[in-house]
Amino acid sequence: MVTGNSDYAVQMHGITKRFGAFYALKDMSLDVKKGSIHSLLGENGAGKSTLMNVLYGLYQADEGEIFINGKKVDIKNPNVAIANGIGMVHQHFMLVEDFTVTQNIILGNETTSRAGIVDMKKARKQILDIVEKYGLAVDPDAKICDISVGMQQRVEILKALYRGAELLILDEPTAVLTPQEIEDLLSIMHNLIDDGKAIIIITHKLKEIKASSDTCTIIRRGEYIDTVPVENVSGQELAALMVGHEVKLVVDKTPAKPGETVLEIKDLVVKNERKLEAVKGLNLTVRKGEIVGIAGIDGNGQKELVEAISSLVPAEKGSITVCGKPIINTNPRTVIDSGVSIIPEDRQKRGLVLDFTVNENAVLERCRKEPFSRKGILNRKKMEEFTQTLIEAYDVRPDDCGSRRVGELSGGNQQKVIIGREVAMNPDILIAVQPTRGLDVGAIETVHKTLIRERDKGKAVLLISFELDEVMNVSDTIAVIYDGKIQDTFRQGTVDENTIGLLMAGGKNHG
Amino acid sequence: MDKAIKILKKPLTMTLIAVFFGFIVAGIILAAAGYPPVHSLAVLFDGVFSSPKHISNVIIKSTPIILTGIGVAFAFKTGLFNIGAEGQFIMGCVASTVVGILFDFPPVIQIPLVVLAGVAAGALYGGIAGFLKAKFGIHEVLTSIMLNWIALYFSNYICTLNRFHKPDTIGTYPINRSGYTMILGNYKTTEAGKAALAQNEFLRSTVLKTDVNVGIIIAVILAVFIWFLLYKTAKGFELRAVGFNKSAAEFSGIYVNRNILHSMLISGAICGLAASLYITGNSPHGIATLAAFENTGFNGLSVCLIAASSPIGCIFAGLLFGGLIYGGQSLQYEVGAPSEIINIVIGVIVFFVALTRIIPPLVDRFSKGGKKHA
Repeated sequence: MVTGNSDYAVQMHGITKRFGAFYALKDMSLDVKKGSIHSLLGENGAGKSTLMNVLYGLYQADEGEIFINGKKVDIKNPNVAIANGIGMVHQHFMLVEDFTVTQNIILGNETTSRAGIVDMKKARKQILDIVEKYGLAVDPDAKICDISVGMQQRVEILKALYRGAELLILDEPTAVLTPQEIEDLLSIMHNLIDDGKAIIIITHKLKEIKASSDTCTIIRRGEYIDTVPVENVSGQELAALMVGHEVKLVVDKTPAKPGETVLEIKDLVVKNERKLEAVKGLNLTVRKGEIVGIAGIDGNGQKELVEAISSLVPAEKGSITVCGKPIINTNPRTVIDSGVSIIPEDRQKRGLVLDFTVNENAVLERCRKEPFSRKGILNRKKMEEFTQTLIEAYDVRPDDCGSRRVGELSGGNQQKVIIGREVAMNPDILIAVQPTRGLDVGAIETVHKTLIRERDKGKAVLLISFELDEVMNVSDTIAVIYDGKIQDTFRQGTVDENTIGLLMAGGKNHG
Repeated sequence: MDKAIKILKKPLTMTLIAVFFGFIVAGIILAAAGYPPVHSLAVLFDGVFSSPKHISNVIIKSTPIILTGIGVAFAFKTGLFNIGAEGQFIMGCVASTVVGILFDFPPVIQIPLVVLAGVAAGALYGGIAGFLKAKFGIHEVLTSIMLNWIALYFSNYICTLNRFHKPDTIGTYPINRSGYTMILGNYKTTEAGKAALAQNEFLRSTVLKTDVNVGIIIAVILAVFIWFLLYKTAKGFELRAVGFNKSAAEFSGIYVNRNILHSMLISGAICGLAASLYITGNSPHGIATLAAFENTGFNGLSVCLIAASSPIGCIFAGLLFGGLIYGGQSLQYEVGAPSEIINIVIGVIVFFVALTRIIPPLVDRFSKGGKKHA
């Protein structure tokens, strides 16, 4: 048996974790050096989060040993983990919205005076010290509900540091951040390791691994694959290690052959929940056989645009037609029946009924149509057969999941179910909103291929994404949205990232 | 070992465990109150099973709460909490009574007419809550609690009307005989018929001594029908989708508001059916002034909870509930235990059923512990 080595902040050896007969982790190992950023790379459901939950004491491993600073430890629960200097920042923040930053940080770990009264002053001072030391830029007196997502994340990091964390686990830390916030986070991470702390990031974004990490451990289907120094390997190689076969990071496609107009939006005005205009006179055309990508920063009217197309919210003004037929301000069923399929942004809220089985979700829009029901009686067998074809075509895992609750599937596999379902509707126009959010490279490749295949079949495709790379790579026409309007449109390849980036930030309006 | 774990995780097993613990706690409470626990529980069981008459009475008592249980369960499965079952039941009773007294057609017309009146009243009353939820987003719990009280006082008002009020009682006249749904009910109207029934030991103790009626048969058929509606039809699919995730249902082109309204209409109709079968099948075949709720609808909530919202499960949960209420009476007059004891037993069982969620994790923990030592 390997013994601990005090050069390492954490060593996990031979970790095995079973859920019933299923091995989530099998003889998995991870060694993280002090003063380094170590990324843990793997596909959706590969076991990254399970491994970290074992380290943080949320799960107990069935086999294996954990060493912290060379000392063997038995992490029975998160309190033991915290006492051993492990801090975890979850993907979904665990903060009390109505509390201030300081109150959130000391929650559960209050500094008290002799009489048992919370010493806010002292706590605030300690927090400010940490803020200053690592350049965290957090206002200790602001309420959580008033600060940005990026700052909320820094509060989570502060919380861990305040409890004396020497090893920080960041679960997909950049999933919710803007590009500028990602930069800030990277610089904070470097400040932390300069101080001798160690960081583990769970991610499947290759770019960030290259930008941030020293070392990368790859995990596939619960098993250890390799640990590589990041500077020596290319993104391509990392992707291949993660997926197990060669992956194309650049999208392969032939030039588009656009046909007649399918979706036409004219002078559309839509108000948001706060009754303010979010879409302000938007014009957009999507034709057969082309992919139009809308590039833009979240919150520039994309959500309202999709809600208006799907008739979930009423539009104030303008027109929306599909193949010449007006669909504005009708209802979702009419829109679907008019040949519009939408892969929604929020898959768990809009896309799936999590308590339904995969079989049931696969026919959510079509339960009343043949062959899934006849005269109002469901044909479960046809539903199962159809779902099985989806599962096979889109490699949904596990491959016998038809009668399982869709909520039991990993996020990536849930997305595959939605995409398969929407494509199978055989729509005239397929609208994909953030279709690859939270997916790993293998799954992203599948999604992009699917969009292009549908285009080649002569469908109109509208892609709305906050990932500029994705829009630039996949679209034939790039439309830039800012402040509820399309600022400009370009053919793919006629414009560079900087021009679009500037337009996305409203650059044109300022000169 | 794995098989044992699987069995332990089944909802039915957990419910049975809950019932078992309910009786244990009941025994402890009986002992604490100074009554011999084993003997008391034996009396309780005797009161349920010792004679065909008792069994028949339990079934009769259970029928309305099985039905209201199914009504509540249906709403639950579609994401609605129909606490208004009580009011819908009352309105069903009122409508059946009024129609049953006002009209006197031959049974082939009279019975469906009276039953349909109750069903329609229950459906409309549930529909009010459904409409308010669908149209204005007012929570069905708020509206139906208020509607329950309106129903109570409306029912009492009907009892005061000269056309319906039976002099020297607090209730109404019974409905016309042509609306009765007791099995072999006609035999009981003549001396000769009674004598005929008395000759057969079984019929004597069941049909003659109790109001055996067709309700239970209809309840069983309805449970199967509701199960079929929920799980085998496109309508049920839509109703459940709306219940689980309104946003996704809406996005998928399912009419959310329409389904909410339909769900409450159906749930109310089932409670109305419970009422009309109660009126047509049980003495006094009419309504009486209510000082407080009689809880037929509220007990349906408990039945639904014990049955984990399964319509088929409601049959068994309702029989258990009816058995406890009826058997509880013998506990009262044979052991002298107060009737509150039986309410405690019921409460404990419901409480333990709610607690059964902790069993699967416990099983996991024990099985994991077992493997560690192996």
